Amino acid sequence: MKRLWLILPLALFGLFIGLAAYQMTQPKDEFVRSTMIGKPLPAFDLPGETEDAPRLTSQMFADGTPRLLNVWATWCLPCIAEAPQLDALAKRGVPIVGVAIRDEPEAIAQFLDRYGNPYSAIARDDIAELQLALGSSGVPETFVIDGKGVIRYQHIGDIRADNIDEIYAEWEKAR
Amino acid sequence: MILAAALLALAAPATPPAIGAGQTVSSAPLADTQLADPVAEAKAQALMEELRCLTCQSQSIADSNAPMAGDMRHQVRSRIAAGEEPEQVRAWLVERYGDYVTFRPGFDWATWPLYALPLLFILVAGVLLFRRIGRGGE
Repeated sequence: MKRLWLILPLALFGLFIGLAAYQMTQPKDEFVRSTMIGKPLPAFDLPGETEDAPRLTSQMFADGTPRLLNVWATWCLPCIAEAPQLDALAKRGVPIVGVAIRDEPEAIAQFLDRYGNPYSAIARDDIAELQLALGSSGVPETFVIDGKGVIRYQHIGDIRADNIDEIYAEWEKAR
Repeated sequence: MILAAALLALAAPATPPAIGAGQTVSSAPLADTQLADPVAEAKAQALMEELRCLTCQSQSIADSNAPMAGDMRHQVRSRIAAGEEPEQVRAWLVERYGDYVTFRPGFDWATWPLYALPLLFILVAGVLLFRRIGRGGE
């Protein structure tokens, strides 16, 4: 009985090493998920697509229409890959608001000209204030915002062809 | 693997700009400008060293050159300049990104062993030591 007690610390230590070794072989989830799902969209007031375009505010999301909020940038390569999928969603009747991170009107115009424009409106977030307030950690990311302006869903990374139905379904659910 | 991650982090900002060039630096006014008030700046600096850069996850936002880290430094400095306490700023970020964003774990149901176990070990060691010495003295 006394012997067993003496082995206990070693056994605990072995268990710890085993656990650590196991965890190190597991792939790490690189995504930092937003913990804002179910919470209202943070208040914001950002400049529009161009200097003359109307500003975009959080209030416009509370008009009863669910929308996608797509965090993107013209300098982001996966955003180019995502463009056809956003177009497909827009064609299916989903309103998409773009939030361009650290971007410029000329670059935005050029990007939309080249890869299509699925957006009903675009805001420019030059210092990533809305992105940080949303709990978004990269581009592209897409949020579903319901008609009351509550964040319902987050998709991290570019929307692939096989994500379209899933995102459409989440948007339908928010109606 | 750590070296590879470090190299990747170094390589990331060097990717060629696609259309705009906006990703190379943060344009936030307080990203790399210290606050005029040295007390506030010291508070901000201490907090920035404990916040995780979200795009280069093993660095603090004080250490990182990533534009996202610059934008986060701006949030920290501007909020502290506006009179918020560092813990309020940390809470604001934790509310958005979870505990992952801070290098200093909070005290809750998942993290209490971090604080309780060392105390328990010291206690057990103390009891064992006391009994040994006590017995030796007999």
